[in-house]
Amino acid sequence: MSARSTILNKLRAGLAGTSPRPDEFDASLVTEPWRYPPQERVARLRTLMEAVHTEVHEIPQANWPDVVAQLLSQRDIGSLLYAPATAHGQQLERAWRDRPDCPELRVYDRPVEAWKEELFNDVPASLTGTVGGIAATGSLVLWPDRHEPRLMSLVPPVHIALLRASEIHDNFYDLMTAQNWAAGLPTNALLVSGPSKTADIEQVLAYGAHGPKELIVLVLEDV
Amino acid sequence: MSELFYDAAPNATRIAPARAPERAYPGKPEDVSLFGTCVVDLFFPEAGLDAIRLLEQQGIRVHFPQQQSCCGQPAWTSGYRDEARAVALAQLNLLDDGRPVVVPSGSCAGMFRHHYRELFADEPDNLRRAEALAARTFELTEFLLKVCQVKLVDRGQPYKIALHTSCTARREMNTHLHARELLAQLDNVQRVDHDHESECCGFGGTFSVRMPDISGAMVLDKTAALRGSGAAEAISADAGCLMNINGALEKQQHGFRGRHLASFLWERCGGAE
Amino acid sequence: MNQRIPVTELTSDFKSRAHDALADPQLRANFRTAMDSLMRKRADAFSDEAEREGLRELGNLIRARSLSNLPDLLEQLEARLTANGIKVHWAETTAQANEIVHGIIEARNGRQVVKGKSMVSEEMEMNDYLADRDIECLESDMGEYIVQLDHEKPSHIIMPAIHKNARQVSQLFNEKLGEPVSEDVDELIQTGRRILRRKFLEADVGVSGVNFAIAETGTLLLVENEGNGRMSTTAPPVHIAVTGIEKVVSNLRDVVPLLSLLTRSALGQPITTYVNMISGPRKPDELDGPEEVHLVLLDNGRTGAFADAQLRQTLNCIRCGACMNHCPVYTRVGGHTYGEVYPGPIGKIVTPHMVGLDRVPDHPSASSLCGACGEVCPVKIPIPELLQRLRQENVQSPQHEPKAVKGAGSKYSRKERMIWRSWQWLNTQPALYRLFLWGATRFRGLAPKRVGPWTENHSAPVPARRSLHDLARDHLSTNAVGDPRT
Repeated sequence: MSARSTILNKLRAGLAGTSPRPDEFDASLVTEPWRYPPQERVARLRTLMEAVHTEVHEIPQANWPDVVAQLLSQRDIGSLLYAPATAHGQQLERAWRDRPDCPELRVYDRPVEAWKEELFNDVPASLTGTVGGIAATGSLVLWPDRHEPRLMSLVPPVHIALLRASEIHDNFYDLMTAQNWAAGLPTNALLVSGPSKTADIEQVLAYGAHGPKELIVLVLEDV
Repeated sequence: MSELFYDAAPNATRIAPARAPERAYPGKPEDVSLFGTCVVDLFFPEAGLDAIRLLEQQGIRVHFPQQQSCCGQPAWTSGYRDEARAVALAQLNLLDDGRPVVVPSGSCAGMFRHHYRELFADEPDNLRRAEALAARTFELTEFLLKVCQVKLVDRGQPYKIALHTSCTARREMNTHLHARELLAQLDNVQRVDHDHESECCGFGGTFSVRMPDISGAMVLDKTAALRGSGAAEAISADAGCLMNINGALEKQQHGFRGRHLASFLWERCGGAE
Repeated sequence: MNQRIPVTELTSDFKSRAHDALADPQLRANFRTAMDSLMRKRADAFSDEAEREGLRELGNLIRARSLSNLPDLLEQLEARLTANGIKVHWAETTAQANEIVHGIIEARNGRQVVKGKSMVSEEMEMNDYLADRDIECLESDMGEYIVQLDHEKPSHIIMPAIHKNARQVSQLFNEKLGEPVSEDVDELIQTGRRILRRKFLEADVGVSGVNFAIAETGTLLLVENEGNGRMSTTAPPVHIAVTGIEKVVSNLRDVVPLLSLLTRSALGQPITTYVNMISGPRKPDELDGPEEVHLVLLDNGRTGAFADAQLRQTLNCIRCGACMNHCPVYTRVGGHTYGEVYPGPIGKIVTPHMVGLDRVPDHPSASSLCGACGEVCPVKIPIPELLQRLRQENVQSPQHEPKAVKGAGSKYSRKERMIWRSWQWLNTQPALYRLFLWGATRFRGLAPKRVGPWTENHSAPVPARRSLHDLARDHLSTNAVGDPRT
């Protein structure tokens, strides 16, 4: 008999004569303690994310590309990985087109195998969008795709993420319900709540463990 | 909890019992039985007598069934279920007269309140009697505070004490605040905190002899914390912990000691109305 | 490159390891400091008691519901994962699981494996198994990397290297990697980052554990702070996830409370830095992610625990480690004393059905039953009750059948059983009991000065001059109610 049927048979024998327990999920337990007036959502998210060394800027929709340029120049970063096919990628491109002082724009346009070494060693920063935020836990939600692949938000030491203020939900339950996640998830979905960190040595918090050393969130004021 | 749907088959997947609602206390009875516990019986009999005196001070007639012995806990926690059950049955038969039972120990009270049910789970008649005993069993501090609603009058000099609460009182009986409240009624007594106050003293019944190294490290820390608290004395409502703590202090040749809460309260308030 | 990493062989027993650990002041200090801090963080993260208790109840209900339907859920999970392109494998034993993992690696001619944190792979001793077959299997969680470098096992399920301080890690890095000595934690972490980044880039296969497997969507959910989990599951061309069969939940929404309970109980964090939800391999139009994703579902004794409704509750565990953080025994002896993959209170109740009680005969007794573990368990496993149950199983005659736990009866002793029989006799014969009291009080001067292990830590107990039986009888026969002072 296969391991599969042996395991399932043993489990079924253990449950003989019983029926599955009812679904007593009480959503209020994961939503009610985590409700915020709309105007406080950004503040809540900001407080939590800043507590774990995330840099958060609230800026108008129109001029975020200038802020990105400024942030990169402050850090002496000469290039930025971005996704030209996205709306925000195009906005960035337009804004930087006539500015020779802006960092070089780079594109994740090949399978990772074709440029893994370069991606790991020579890409100092990336910019991605998000599909929302969570006020309760101070989290960004990312659904990497063809244009903004999974490693784009992980490998470069600086990750800049754009978050629309209107897309911040109170809590994870509200977000997954509103976006109907149960109907199907992408290959990879992520909650990101700060730069990579570890406390594995003496519980001393150190940032920049394996992923980005810096996470910069630009909250776009659209509400 | 929708008990309606609950699958009663013995192999049904279990859920945690619902949180116990706050215990509803009856009015003060005329008669109670005192279950002294075996450790008090042999090593701290004065504490048992002081418990009787405190109850009498409340105008209660105290009975001490002379046929009592041990609640059965040592065998139960050691895995000797049959032996524990036999001893438990003897106490169950003895305490079957319907009188409230007061116990000057959180762990033995916890045995009556919670574990007799498990011991007699397969015996409907005994289970019913065990449930009834559980319902009328009170740990001494909760009985004084909640049933008698005592108002203690302190007659002693200013004094500092540390309170060690047994793990069963804290986590099984939910009586961890009762001793505090009683002590707070004493105007001249100041209760001081000690380091890692909620941590076990390391007794654990036979744990202390099966794992003497670990238990010894725990009681060493506990005694150091109590001594370092600035208190003149440690108070506890559980004789098991006291036997552990005082035995260790004596071995360490320290003068500091622990005393049972009943004896302390009687010394401070004896005779007061 | 393929170094065999031997894991320290344990020849001593629990008690002697505990003895040694207790005598190590550095180890004691490292654990006490860390556990105190973890307890404080958890308390701060659950400052609202009603919220916390409501969530724990929900967590318990979700886990119980999953277990009450486990075989169907596993089939549903397998169907969804398969539809998503993830290959599902089943293993009854750790040997089978290792063979499966090895087979997948061999099919790709893999030589370098990089691992995210996985306790199930520790159960399998996968690193050794693969090393024996010339495959390098490198831990990438910082703590796991440190203990692997020192040929040790993790001493805590969340904080594997918590038994070491920065000075000890620095010495290790100096000795093994030739790094300059530095006790600066940031520098030490940057050393690990530099070395492991290379490995993520080069690895042929990434291995990870799973925190929750979601049947509804066919999703593997992993939590972590470092990013090594995302690296291991994204950068190499193959991802193999290994997990126990109990980790499945029905619905995506079920993970909302479980996730919150997990990260707050474990580390006092509202959430971990990353929550990584994997629902398939790289799609044709995608540019990264593994080309193959595998899930190995491991039994390793879990079906044995499942067969007993009381012990089935051990499978509620979501591996947060809060029980060990709050355990006065674990805090004093540290994780290595337990000698098994899972230390602390949870280890004491899950290890017996994996390896047999006879291999861990002292584990159930190594508890004062103080209840701190059960009080903090986010899914309300009645740990003290289960320890007590295992004690019962352990003192039964080894001939007793059927056995609820593999290797039960390992502490059976005819002599001890006789002692408890005598104790029973004494305590069920009131006349005899009173005779005993009379003798013990009358001849108290003859009480022995040494009473076995008790007098290692205590002075010998001396019975009182008169028992409570005597004092109470005299008092109650001469005192009337209402005149208590006479």
